[in-house]
Amino acid sequence: MIDYWNPLIERMPVEELEKMQEEKLKHLVNYVYQHSDFYRKRFDDAGVAPGDIQTLDDLKKLPFTYKSDLRDTYPTGMFCVPNEQLVRFHVSSGTTGKPTVVGYTKNDIDGWTTSLARAMTSIGVGRGDIIQVGYGYGLFTGGLGAHYGAEEIGATVLPTSSGNTERQIELMQDLRSTVIACTPSYFLFMNEVASKANVSIRNDTDLRVGIFGAEPWSEEMRARIEEATGIKAYDIYGTSELSGPLFTECQYQDGIHIWADQFLIEVIDPETGEQLKDGERGELVITTLFKEALPLVRYRIGDITVINRQPCRCGRTHPRIMRVLGRADDMLIIRGINVFPGQIESVLMNIPEVGEHFMIVVDRVDELDVMTVQIEMTDQAFSDKVNDIIALEKRVGSALKNVLNISVRVELVESGTIPRSMGKARRVTDNRKL
Amino acid sequence: MEDKIIKQISLFAENKPGRLANIARNFSKAGINIRAFTIAEAGDFGIIRMVVDRPDHAHDVLHDAGFTVSETNVLGVEMEDVPGGLGRIADVLGEKNINIDYAYAFVTKTEKALLILRVNDIEAAVKVLQDAGVKLIDMADIQQI
Repeated sequence: MIDYWNPLIERMPVEELEKMQEEKLKHLVNYVYQHSDFYRKRFDDAGVAPGDIQTLDDLKKLPFTYKSDLRDTYPTGMFCVPNEQLVRFHVSSGTTGKPTVVGYTKNDIDGWTTSLARAMTSIGVGRGDIIQVGYGYGLFTGGLGAHYGAEEIGATVLPTSSGNTERQIELMQDLRSTVIACTPSYFLFMNEVASKANVSIRNDTDLRVGIFGAEPWSEEMRARIEEATGIKAYDIYGTSELSGPLFTECQYQDGIHIWADQFLIEVIDPETGEQLKDGERGELVITTLFKEALPLVRYRIGDITVINRQPCRCGRTHPRIMRVLGRADDMLIIRGINVFPGQIESVLMNIPEVGEHFMIVVDRVDELDVMTVQIEMTDQAFSDKVNDIIALEKRVGSALKNVLNISVRVELVESGTIPRSMGKARRVTDNRKL
Repeated sequence: MEDKIIKQISLFAENKPGRLANIARNFSKAGINIRAFTIAEAGDFGIIRMVVDRPDHAHDVLHDAGFTVSETNVLGVEMEDVPGGLGRIADVLGEKNINIDYAYAFVTKTEKALLILRVNDIEAAVKVLQDAGVKLIDMADIQQI
Protein backbone atom coordinates (compact mmCIF):
# COMPACT_ATOMS: atom_id res chain seq x y z
CA MET A 1 0.00 0.00 0.00
CA ILE A 2 1.27 3.45 -0.95
CA ASP A 3 0.70 6.41 1.34
CA TYR A 4 0.27 9.96 0.11
CA TRP A 5 0.36 13.14 2.11
CA ASN A 6 -1.95 14.88 -0.36
CA PRO A 7 -3.20 12.29 -2.86
CA LEU A 8 -5.31 14.82 -4.76
CA ILE A 9 -2.28 16.96 -5.62
CA GLU A 10 0.31 14.20 -5.81
CA ARG A 11 -1.74 12.12 -8.28
CA MET A 12 -3.28 15.02 -10.18
CA PRO A 13 -3.42 14.45 -13.94
CA VAL A 14 -0.50 16.17 -15.68
CA GLU A 15 -2.74 18.49 -17.74
CA GLU A 16 -4.37 19.81 -14.59
CA LEU A 17 -1.02 20.26 -12.92
CA GLU A 18 0.26 22.20 -15.88
CA LYS A 19 -2.83 24.40 -15.89
CA MET A 20 -2.14 25.11 -12.24
CA GLN A 21 1.50 25.88 -12.99
CA GLU A 22 0.51 28.26 -15.75
CA GLU A 23 -1.76 30.26 -13.45
CA LYS A 24 0.89 30.37 -10.75
CA LEU A 25 3.58 31.41 -13.21
CA LYS A 26 1.47 34.32 -14.47
CA HIS A 27 0.88 35.40 -10.91
CA LEU A 28 4.59 35.06 -10.09
CA VAL A 29 5.85 37.29 -12.89
CA ASN A 30 3.38 40.02 -11.95
CA TYR A 31 4.24 39.63 -8.28
CA VAL A 32 8.01 39.92 -8.68
CA TYR A 33 7.69 42.74 -11.18
CA GLN A 34 5.63 44.73 -8.70
CA HIS A 35 7.51 43.87 -5.52
CA SER A 36 11.16 43.70 -6.49
CA ASP A 37 13.31 46.40 -8.03
CA PHE A 38 15.77 43.70 -8.91
CA TYR A 39 13.33 41.68 -11.01
CA ARG A 40 11.72 44.75 -12.57
CA LYS A 41 15.10 45.87 -13.85
CA ARG A 42 16.07 42.37 -14.90
CA PHE A 43 12.84 41.96 -16.91
CA ASP A 44 13.10 45.45 -18.41
CA ASP A 45 16.70 44.83 -19.47
CA ALA A 46 15.61 41.59 -21.13
CA GLY A 47 12.74 43.41 -22.85
CA VAL A 48 10.09 41.18 -21.34
CA ALA A 49 6.95 42.37 -19.56
CA PRO A 50 4.76 40.29 -17.22
CA GLY A 51 1.99 40.37 -19.85
CA ASP A 52 4.25 38.48 -22.28
CA ILE A 53 4.00 35.40 -20.10
CA GLN A 54 0.72 33.64 -20.84
CA THR A 55 1.64 29.96 -21.14
CA LEU A 56 4.28 27.61 -19.75
CA ASP A 57 5.97 27.79 -23.11
CA ASP A 58 6.57 31.50 -22.51
CA LEU A 59 8.83 30.63 -19.59
CA LYS A 60 11.82 30.60 -21.90
CA LYS A 61 11.36 34.32 -22.60
CA LEU A 62 12.22 35.13 -18.99
CA PRO A 63 15.78 36.01 -17.94
CA PHE A 64 17.70 33.67 -15.62
CA THR A 65 18.53 34.34 -11.98
CA TYR A 66 21.92 33.32 -10.59
CA LYS A 67 23.44 32.61 -7.23
CA SER A 68 25.67 35.62 -7.87
CA ASP A 69 22.52 37.80 -7.92
CA LEU A 70 21.86 36.81 -4.33
CA ARG A 71 25.41 37.68 -3.39
CA ASP A 72 25.37 40.96 -5.30
CA THR A 73 22.18 42.04 -3.53
CA TYR A 74 23.38 40.84 -0.11
CA PRO A 75 21.76 40.73 2.34
CA THR A 76 18.09 41.26 1.38
CA GLY A 77 18.15 43.19 -1.89
CA MET A 78 16.07 40.60 -3.77
CA PHE A 79 13.37 40.18 -1.15
CA CYS A 80 9.80 40.94 -2.24
CA VAL A 81 8.36 41.63 1.21
CA PRO A 82 9.33 44.07 3.95
CA ASN A 83 11.25 42.56 6.85
CA GLU A 84 8.31 42.66 9.25
CA GLN A 85 6.57 39.98 7.17
CA LEU A 86 9.46 37.59 7.64
CA VAL A 87 9.31 34.89 10.28
CA ARG A 88 12.82 33.56 9.75
CA PHE A 89 16.21 34.00 8.11
CA HIS A 90 18.65 31.30 7.09
CA VAL A 91 22.16 32.10 5.96
CA SER A 92 24.33 29.88 3.77
CA SER A 93 27.84 29.13 4.89
CA GLY A 94 29.45 31.13 2.12
CA THR A 95 32.24 28.64 1.51
CA THR A 96 32.58 29.85 -2.07
CA GLY A 97 32.37 33.56 -1.34
CA LYS A 98 29.93 35.89 0.32
CA PRO A 99 27.14 34.14 2.21
CA THR A 100 23.59 34.29 0.89
CA VAL A 101 20.61 35.19 3.02
CA VAL A 102 17.19 33.63 2.59
CA GLY A 103 14.08 35.06 4.25
CA TYR A 104 10.78 33.25 4.85
CA THR A 105 7.24 34.43 5.40
CA LYS A 106 4.85 32.21 7.35
CA ASN A 107 3.51 30.88 4.04
CA ASP A 108 7.04 30.19 2.81
CA ILE A 109 7.73 28.03 5.84
CA ASP A 110 4.38 26.26 5.37
CA GLY A 111 5.13 25.53 1.71
CA TRP A 112 8.57 24.19 2.57
CA THR A 113 7.11 22.03 5.33
CA THR A 114 4.42 20.70 2.98
CA SER A 115 7.04 19.71 0.43
CA LEU A 116 8.94 17.72 3.04
CA ALA A 117 5.78 16.20 4.52
CA ARG A 118 4.92 14.79 1.09
CA ALA A 119 8.50 13.62 0.60
CA MET A 120 8.76 11.88 3.95
CA THR A 121 5.38 10.21 3.45
CA SER A 122 6.56 8.98 0.04
CA ILE A 123 9.34 6.96 1.69
CA GLY A 124 6.95 5.39 4.15
CA VAL A 125 7.80 7.54 7.14
CA GLY A 126 5.03 8.87 9.36
CA ARG A 127 3.30 8.73 12.72
CA GLY A 128 5.03 6.25 15.00
CA ASP A 129 8.44 6.95 13.53
CA ILE A 130 11.14 8.53 15.62
CA ILE A 131 13.17 10.78 13.40
CA GLN A 132 16.63 11.64 14.63
CA VAL A 133 17.58 14.90 12.96
CA GLY A 134 21.36 14.95 12.75
CA TYR A 135 21.53 17.88 10.34
CA GLY A 136 22.85 21.03 11.93
CA TYR A 137 20.26 23.31 13.49
CA GLY A 138 20.80 27.02 13.13
CA LEU A 139 21.67 29.16 10.15
CA PHE A 140 21.92 26.01 8.02
CA THR A 141 18.51 24.94 6.65
CA GLY A 142 18.94 21.19 7.12
CA GLY A 143 18.07 20.82 10.80
CA LEU A 144 15.01 23.04 11.06
CA GLY A 145 13.76 21.98 7.62
CA ALA A 146 13.73 18.27 8.45
CA HIS A 147 12.39 19.09 11.91
CA TYR A 148 9.31 20.91 10.62
CA GLY A 149 8.61 18.26 8.00
CA ALA A 150 8.87 15.48 10.57
CA GLU A 151 6.53 17.19 13.01
CA GLU A 152 4.06 17.91 10.24
CA ILE A 153 3.61 14.22 9.44
CA GLY A 154 3.11 13.39 13.10
CA ALA A 155 6.43 11.66 13.63
CA THR A 156 8.43 12.19 16.81
CA VAL A 157 11.51 14.33 16.39
CA LEU A 158 14.75 13.70 18.20
CA PRO A 159 16.61 16.95 17.45
CA THR A 160 20.19 15.85 18.05
CA SER A 161 21.64 18.26 15.47
CA SER A 162 25.12 17.31 14.26
CA GLY A 163 28.08 16.40 16.43
CA ASN A 164 28.54 14.60 19.74
CA THR A 165 28.54 11.31 17.92
CA GLU A 166 28.76 8.92 20.89
CA ARG A 167 25.65 10.55 22.33
CA GLN A 168 23.87 10.29 18.96
CA ILE A 169 24.42 6.54 19.04
CA GLU A 170 23.42 6.22 22.67
CA LEU A 171 20.17 8.12 22.07
CA MET A 172 19.54 6.20 18.87
CA GLN A 173 19.54 3.03 20.96
CA ASP A 174 17.76 4.34 24.06
CA LEU A 175 14.94 6.21 22.30
CA ARG A 176 14.71 3.67 19.45
CA SER A 177 15.13 6.06 16.51
CA THR A 178 13.69 4.55 13.33
CA VAL A 179 14.82 7.25 10.92
CA ILE A 180 18.05 9.22 10.71
CA ALA A 181 18.37 12.44 8.74
CA CYS A 182 21.92 13.71 8.21
CA THR A 183 24.64 13.92 5.60
CA PRO A 184 25.66 10.52 4.23
CA SER A 185 29.25 11.16 5.28
CA TYR A 186 28.15 11.86 8.83
CA PHE A 187 26.13 8.68 8.92
CA LEU A 188 29.18 6.70 7.80
CA PHE A 189 31.14 8.31 10.59
CA MET A 190 28.39 7.39 13.09
CA ASN A 191 28.59 3.82 11.87
CA GLU A 192 32.34 3.85 12.37
CA VAL A 193 32.04 5.22 15.90
CA ALA A 194 29.27 2.72 16.68
CA SER A 195 31.39 -0.21 15.48
CA LYS A 196 34.28 0.87 17.67
CA ALA A 197 31.90 0.82 20.64
CA ASN A 198 30.70 -2.63 19.54
CA VAL A 199 27.28 -1.30 18.59
CA SER A 200 25.80 -2.69 15.39
CA ILE A 201 23.35 -0.30 13.76
CA ARG A 202 21.78 -3.31 12.05
CA ASN A 203 21.29 -5.41 15.17
CA ASP A 204 21.33 -3.05 18.12
CA THR A 205 19.09 -0.23 16.88
CA ASP A 206 15.63 0.10 15.27
CA LEU A 207 16.94 2.32 12.52
CA ARG A 208 15.28 1.44 9.20
CA VAL A 209 15.45 4.57 7.03
CA GLY A 210 18.10 7.20 6.32
CA ILE A 211 17.31 10.55 4.71
CA PHE A 212 20.65 11.63 3.35
CA GLY A 213 21.62 14.79 1.54
CA ALA A 214 23.18 18.26 1.75
CA GLU A 215 26.10 16.85 -0.21
CA PRO A 216 26.25 14.85 -3.41
CA TRP A 217 26.52 11.09 -2.98
CA SER A 218 26.49 8.22 -5.39
CA GLU A 219 24.42 5.13 -6.06
CA GLU A 220 27.48 3.08 -5.10
CA MET A 221 27.63 4.84 -1.74
CA ARG A 222 23.95 3.99 -1.25
CA ALA A 223 24.73 0.33 -1.79
CA ARG A 224 27.56 0.52 0.72
CA ILE A 225 25.41 2.20 3.38
CA GLU A 226 22.47 -0.15 2.92
CA GLU A 227 24.69 -3.21 3.02
CA ALA A 228 26.68 -2.07 6.04
CA THR A 229 23.76 -1.01 8.22
CA GLY A 230 20.64 -2.74 6.88
CA ILE A 231 18.69 0.50 6.46
CA LYS A 232 17.06 1.93 3.34
CA ALA A 233 18.95 5.04 2.26
CA TYR A 234 17.06 7.82 0.46
CA ASP A 235 18.41 10.87 -1.29
CA ILE A 236 17.05 14.27 -0.24
CA TYR A 237 17.56 17.27 -2.47
CA GLY A 238 17.27 21.01 -2.25
CA THR A 239 19.24 24.14 -1.62
CA SER A 240 18.89 27.01 0.82
CA GLU A 241 18.00 29.51 -1.92
CA LEU A 242 14.89 27.46 -2.72
CA SER A 243 14.06 27.01 1.02
CA GLY A 244 16.35 24.19 2.12
CA PRO A 245 16.03 20.41 1.74
CA LEU A 246 12.77 19.90 -0.17
CA PHE A 247 12.49 16.74 -2.23
CA THR A 248 13.28 13.05 -1.90
CA GLU A 249 12.95 9.93 -3.92
CA CYS A 250 9.88 7.83 -3.23
CA GLN A 251 10.06 4.27 -1.95
CA TYR A 252 11.11 3.07 -5.43
CA GLN A 253 14.37 5.06 -5.27
CA ASP A 254 13.97 5.98 -8.92
CA GLY A 255 14.54 9.72 -9.20
CA ILE A 256 13.63 12.67 -7.02
CA HIS A 257 10.04 13.92 -7.18
CA ILE A 258 9.80 17.67 -7.69
CA TRP A 259 6.38 18.98 -6.62
CA ALA A 260 5.02 20.64 -9.73
CA ASP A 261 2.44 22.75 -7.93
CA GLN A 262 5.29 24.37 -6.01
CA PHE A 263 8.17 24.43 -8.47
CA LEU A 264 8.58 24.63 -12.21
CA ILE A 265 11.62 22.83 -13.58
CA GLU A 266 13.39 22.85 -16.92
CA VAL A 267 16.75 21.65 -18.17
CA ILE A 268 18.92 23.88 -20.34
CA ASP A 269 22.14 23.75 -22.26
CA PRO A 270 24.52 25.49 -19.83
CA GLU A 271 26.45 27.10 -22.69
CA THR A 272 23.62 28.51 -24.81
CA GLY A 273 20.84 28.73 -22.23
CA GLU A 274 18.46 26.95 -24.65
CA GLN A 275 15.83 24.65 -23.19
CA LEU A 276 16.53 20.97 -23.73
CA LYS A 277 14.01 18.20 -24.28
CA ASP A 278 12.93 15.92 -21.47
CA GLY A 279 15.40 13.10 -21.13
CA GLU A 280 18.34 15.24 -22.26
CA ARG A 281 21.08 15.93 -19.77
CA GLY A 282 21.61 19.56 -18.91
CA GLU A 283 21.60 22.19 -16.22
CA LEU A 284 18.57 22.27 -13.96
CA VAL A 285 16.65 25.56 -13.77
CA ILE A 286 13.99 26.01 -11.10
CA THR A 287 11.22 28.59 -10.75
CA THR A 288 9.46 28.84 -7.40
CA LEU A 289 5.66 28.99 -7.55
CA PHE A 290 4.71 29.59 -3.93
CA LYS A 291 7.42 31.64 -2.33
CA GLU A 292 6.64 35.18 -1.16
CA ALA A 293 9.77 36.56 0.45
CA LEU A 294 12.39 35.37 -2.02
CA PRO A 295 10.74 33.98 -5.15
CA LEU A 296 13.20 32.82 -7.76
CA VAL A 297 12.53 33.05 -11.48
CA ARG A 298 14.46 30.60 -13.65
CA TYR A 299 17.07 30.08 -10.97
CA ARG A 300 20.26 28.40 -12.20
CA ILE A 301 20.97 26.09 -9.34
CA GLY A 302 23.96 24.71 -11.24
CA ASP A 303 23.14 21.00 -10.99
CA ILE A 304 23.46 18.76 -14.00
CA THR A 305 20.59 16.30 -14.37
CA VAL A 306 17.88 14.81 -16.58
CA ILE A 307 14.12 15.34 -16.21
CA ASN A 308 11.81 12.35 -16.37
CA ARG A 309 8.12 13.21 -16.75
CA GLN A 310 6.87 9.65 -17.00
CA PRO A 311 4.45 8.82 -14.18
CA CYS A 312 6.20 6.97 -11.39
CA ARG A 313 5.30 3.48 -10.20
CA CYS A 314 4.23 5.11 -6.93
CA GLY A 315 1.36 6.82 -8.76
CA ARG A 316 2.70 10.33 -8.42
CA THR A 317 2.42 12.41 -11.56
CA HIS A 318 4.99 15.05 -10.68
CA PRO A 319 8.24 15.11 -12.67
CA ARG A 320 11.39 13.49 -11.38
CA ILE A 321 15.03 14.45 -11.74
CA MET A 322 17.85 11.98 -11.92
CA ARG A 323 20.24 11.74 -9.01
CA VAL A 324 22.54 14.75 -8.98
CA LEU A 325 26.20 13.87 -8.78
CA GLY A 326 27.49 17.35 -8.24
CA ARG A 327 26.76 21.02 -8.29
CA ALA A 328 28.60 23.30 -10.69
CA ASP A 329 30.18 24.94 -7.62
CA ASP A 330 31.85 21.64 -6.75
CA MET A 331 33.24 21.03 -10.20
CA LEU A 332 36.99 20.95 -10.54
CA ILE A 333 38.75 21.81 -13.75
CA ILE A 334 41.85 19.67 -14.01
CA ARG A 335 44.00 20.32 -17.05
CA GLY A 336 40.92 21.67 -18.79
CA ILE A 337 38.75 18.66 -17.98
CA ASN A 338 35.67 18.93 -15.78
CA VAL A 339 35.72 16.62 -12.80
CA PHE A 340 33.00 16.19 -10.19
CA PRO A 341 33.92 14.75 -6.80
CA GLY A 342 30.79 12.60 -7.18
CA GLN A 343 32.29 10.81 -10.17
CA ILE A 344 35.33 9.95 -8.10
CA GLU A 345 33.17 8.68 -5.25
CA SER A 346 31.22 6.56 -7.66
CA VAL A 347 34.38 4.89 -9.00
CA LEU A 348 35.93 4.36 -5.57
CA MET A 349 32.81 2.83 -4.04
CA ASN A 350 32.80 0.22 -6.78
CA ILE A 351 36.13 -1.12 -5.59
CA PRO A 352 35.51 -3.30 -2.52
CA GLU A 353 38.98 -2.80 -1.02
CA VAL A 354 38.49 0.96 -0.87
CA GLY A 355 36.94 2.42 2.28
CA GLU A 356 34.26 5.11 2.42
CA HIS A 357 36.52 8.06 3.12
CA PHE A 358 38.58 9.85 0.52
CA MET A 359 40.15 13.22 -0.19
CA ILE A 360 40.93 14.88 -3.49
CA VAL A 361 44.04 17.03 -3.46
CA VAL A 362 44.85 19.27 -6.40
CA ASP A 363 48.26 20.86 -6.82
CA ARG A 364 49.99 22.75 -9.56
CA VAL A 365 53.42 21.36 -10.30
CA ASP A 366 55.46 23.02 -13.03
CA GLU A 367 52.38 24.72 -14.51
CA LEU A 368 50.54 21.41 -14.61
CA ASP A 369 47.54 20.39 -12.52
CA VAL A 370 48.14 17.24 -10.54
CA MET A 371 45.21 15.50 -8.92
CA THR A 372 45.85 13.10 -6.07
CA VAL A 373 43.12 10.94 -4.63
CA GLN A 374 43.88 9.82 -1.11
CA ILE A 375 42.16 6.70 0.10
CA GLU A 376 42.51 4.95 3.41
CA MET A 377 44.14 1.59 3.86
CA THR A 378 41.57 -0.85 5.20
CA ASP A 379 42.01 -4.10 7.10
CA GLN A 380 40.63 -6.05 4.16
CA ALA A 381 42.86 -4.36 1.58
CA PHE A 382 46.06 -4.59 3.57
CA SER A 383 48.73 -6.96 2.41
CA ASP A 384 52.18 -7.05 3.87
CA LYS A 385 53.62 -7.30 0.38
CA VAL A 386 54.57 -3.94 -1.12
CA ASN A 387 53.70 -5.09 -4.63
CA ASP A 388 50.13 -5.90 -3.66
CA ILE A 389 49.63 -2.39 -2.34
CA ILE A 390 51.19 -0.80 -5.38
CA ALA A 391 48.96 -2.97 -7.54
CA LEU A 392 45.90 -1.71 -5.65
CA GLU A 393 46.98 1.90 -6.17
CA LYS A 394 47.41 1.21 -9.87
CA ARG A 395 44.05 -0.50 -10.14
CA VAL A 396 42.27 2.42 -8.48
CA GLY A 397 44.24 4.86 -10.65
CA SER A 398 43.25 3.19 -13.88
CA ALA A 399 39.59 2.87 -12.84
CA LEU A 400 39.58 6.64 -12.19
CA LYS A 401 41.34 7.36 -15.44
CA ASN A 402 38.79 5.34 -17.39
CA VAL A 403 35.96 7.50 -16.11
CA LEU A 404 37.63 10.90 -15.80
CA ASN A 405 39.97 10.75 -18.78
CA ILE A 406 42.83 12.21 -16.81
CA SER A 407 45.68 10.64 -14.90
CA VAL A 408 45.19 10.54 -11.19
CA ARG A 409 47.79 9.86 -8.51
CA VAL A 410 46.43 7.47 -5.94
CA GLU A 411 47.86 7.65 -2.47
CA LEU A 412 47.03 5.19 0.27
CA VAL A 413 46.98 6.76 3.70
CA GLU A 414 46.59 5.29 7.17
CA SER A 415 43.08 4.46 8.24
CA GLY A 416 41.30 7.12 10.25
CA THR A 417 43.51 9.95 8.98
CA ILE A 418 41.15 11.51 6.45
CA PRO A 419 39.09 14.10 8.33
CA ARG A 420 35.57 12.91 9.23
CA SER A 421 32.71 15.31 8.79
CA MET A 422 29.65 15.91 10.92
CA GLY A 423 28.05 18.12 8.31
CA LYS A 424 28.85 18.59 4.65
CA ALA A 425 31.95 16.58 3.83
CA ARG A 426 34.85 18.53 2.41
CA ARG A 427 36.32 16.20 -0.14
CA VAL A 428 38.59 18.59 -1.99
CA THR A 429 41.77 20.40 -1.05
CA ASP A 430 42.74 22.67 -3.91
CA ASN A 431 46.25 23.98 -3.40
CA ARG A 432 46.40 25.76 -6.73
CA LYS A 433 46.82 29.49 -6.52
CA LEU A 434 44.74 30.48 -9.49
CA MET B 1 54.79 -28.54 11.51
CA GLU B 2 52.47 -25.77 12.75
CA ASP B 3 54.74 -24.95 15.66
CA LYS B 4 57.59 -24.07 13.32
CA ILE B 5 55.62 -21.12 12.00
CA ILE B 6 56.28 -17.66 13.38
CA LYS B 7 53.66 -14.94 13.51
CA GLN B 8 55.02 -11.69 12.21
CA ILE B 9 53.29 -8.36 12.77
CA SER B 10 52.91 -6.29 9.60
CA LEU B 11 51.54 -2.82 9.59
CA PHE B 12 50.84 -0.09 7.11
CA ALA B 13 52.43 3.29 7.80
CA GLU B 14 52.61 6.50 5.86
CA ASN B 15 56.10 7.67 5.22
CA LYS B 16 56.12 10.62 7.59
CA PRO B 17 57.83 11.67 10.80
CA GLY B 18 56.69 10.25 14.10
CA ARG B 19 55.11 7.03 12.89
CA LEU B 20 57.79 4.75 14.28
CA ALA B 21 57.92 6.61 17.57
CA ASN B 22 54.18 6.10 17.94
CA ILE B 23 54.51 2.34 17.47
CA ALA B 24 57.41 2.15 19.89
CA ARG B 25 55.43 4.12 22.48
CA ASN B 26 52.48 1.72 22.21
CA PHE B 27 54.74 -1.32 22.59
CA SER B 28 56.63 0.14 25.49
CA LYS B 29 53.37 0.86 27.32
CA ALA B 30 52.17 -2.71 26.70
CA GLY B 31 55.52 -4.28 27.61
CA ILE B 32 56.06 -5.88 24.22
CA ASN B 33 59.59 -6.65 23.05
CA ILE B 34 60.62 -6.36 19.43
CA ARG B 35 62.96 -9.16 18.32
CA ALA B 36 63.42 -8.33 14.68
CA PHE B 37 62.32 -5.40 12.64
CA THR B 38 62.37 -4.13 9.07
CA ILE B 39 60.70 -1.49 6.94
CA ALA B 40 59.81 -2.06 3.31
CA GLU B 41 59.59 1.42 1.92
CA ALA B 42 57.71 2.36 -1.23
CA GLY B 43 57.54 6.10 -1.73
CA ASP B 44 54.58 7.51 0.19
CA PHE B 45 54.09 4.51 2.39
CA GLY B 46 55.95 1.70 4.02
CA ILE B 47 55.21 -1.67 5.51
CA ILE B 48 56.73 -2.24 8.89
CA ARG B 49 57.38 -5.88 9.69
CA MET B 50 58.25 -7.06 13.15
CA VAL B 51 58.82 -10.24 15.07
CA VAL B 52 57.81 -9.65 18.67
CA ASP B 53 57.62 -11.79 21.79
CA ARG B 54 53.79 -11.66 22.02
CA PRO B 55 52.35 -11.22 18.52
CA ASP B 56 48.64 -11.60 19.33
CA HIS B 57 48.83 -9.00 22.05
CA ALA B 58 50.91 -6.71 19.84
CA HIS B 59 48.30 -7.05 17.10
CA ASP B 60 45.50 -5.98 19.47
CA VAL B 61 47.50 -3.08 20.87
CA LEU B 62 48.25 -1.68 17.43
CA HIS B 63 44.77 -2.32 16.10
CA ASP B 64 43.21 -0.50 19.03
CA ALA B 65 45.60 2.38 18.46
CA GLY B 66 44.07 2.71 14.98
CA PHE B 67 46.75 1.04 12.85
CA THR B 68 46.01 -1.21 9.93
CA VAL B 69 47.83 -4.29 11.06
CA SER B 70 47.92 -7.97 10.22
CA GLU B 71 49.64 -11.12 11.38
CA THR B 72 51.59 -12.92 8.70
CA ASN B 73 53.01 -16.43 8.89
CA VAL B 74 56.75 -16.48 8.30
CA LEU B 75 59.63 -18.83 8.94
CA GLY B 76 62.57 -18.27 11.25
CA VAL B 77 65.71 -20.02 10.10
CA GLU B 78 68.73 -20.37 12.31
CA MET B 79 71.95 -20.01 10.35
CA GLU B 80 75.52 -20.56 11.28
CA ASP B 81 77.08 -17.12 11.06
CA VAL B 82 79.55 -18.28 8.40
CA PRO B 83 79.91 -17.62 4.66
CA GLY B 84 77.56 -19.67 2.50
CA GLY B 85 74.81 -20.04 5.10
CA LEU B 86 72.23 -17.98 3.22
CA GLY B 87 73.13 -19.47 -0.16
CA ARG B 88 72.38 -22.94 1.05
CA ILE B 89 68.89 -22.07 2.23
CA ALA B 90 68.09 -20.24 -1.00
CA ASP B 91 69.30 -23.25 -3.00
CA VAL B 92 67.15 -25.70 -1.07
CA LEU B 93 64.02 -23.62 -1.59
CA GLY B 94 64.85 -22.82 -5.20
CA GLU B 95 65.21 -26.47 -6.10
CA LYS B 96 61.65 -27.10 -4.94
CA ASN B 97 60.37 -24.04 -6.76
CA ILE B 98 59.44 -22.20 -3.58
CA ASN B 99 59.64 -18.45 -3.97
CA ILE B 100 60.94 -16.11 -1.27
CA ASP B 101 58.64 -13.08 -1.10
CA TYR B 102 60.97 -11.24 1.23
CA ALA B 103 63.57 -11.92 3.89
CA TYR B 104 65.44 -10.10 6.59
CA ALA B 105 68.04 -11.19 9.07
CA PHE B 106 69.31 -10.31 12.50
CA VAL B 107 71.96 -11.60 14.86
CA THR B 108 71.00 -12.94 18.28
CA LYS B 109 72.78 -12.61 21.61
CA THR B 110 74.08 -16.15 21.14
CA GLU B 111 75.78 -15.00 17.94
CA LYS B 112 73.64 -16.99 15.64
CA ALA B 113 72.15 -15.34 12.59
CA LEU B 114 68.41 -15.59 12.35
CA LEU B 115 66.70 -15.25 9.00
CA ILE B 116 63.02 -14.35 8.73
CA LEU B 117 61.46 -15.57 5.48
CA ARG B 118 58.11 -15.13 3.86
CA VAL B 119 57.59 -17.71 1.15
CA ASN B 120 54.76 -18.48 -1.24
CA ASP B 121 54.19 -21.99 0.17
CA ILE B 122 55.05 -22.08 3.83
CA GLU B 123 54.14 -25.70 4.54
CA ALA B 124 56.23 -27.02 1.67
CA ALA B 125 59.09 -24.79 2.78
CA VAL B 126 59.01 -26.17 6.33
CA LYS B 127 59.21 -29.66 4.96
CA VAL B 128 62.09 -29.15 2.53
CA LEU B 129 64.12 -27.10 4.98
CA GLN B 130 63.73 -29.69 7.72
CA ASP B 131 64.55 -32.49 5.28
CA ALA B 132 67.73 -30.60 4.43
CA GLY B 133 68.61 -30.41 8.12
CA VAL B 134 68.03 -26.68 8.47
CA LYS B 135 67.01 -25.63 11.95
CA LEU B 136 63.72 -23.75 12.15
CA ILE B 137 62.87 -21.83 15.26
CA ASP B 138 59.42 -21.49 16.80
CA MET B 139 57.55 -18.90 18.89
CA ALA B 140 58.99 -20.34 22.12
CA ASP B 141 62.50 -19.73 20.78
CA ILE B 142 61.54 -16.17 19.85
CA GLN B 143 60.37 -15.48 23.37
CA GLN B 144 63.68 -16.69 24.78
CA ILE B 145 65.99 -14.77 22.49
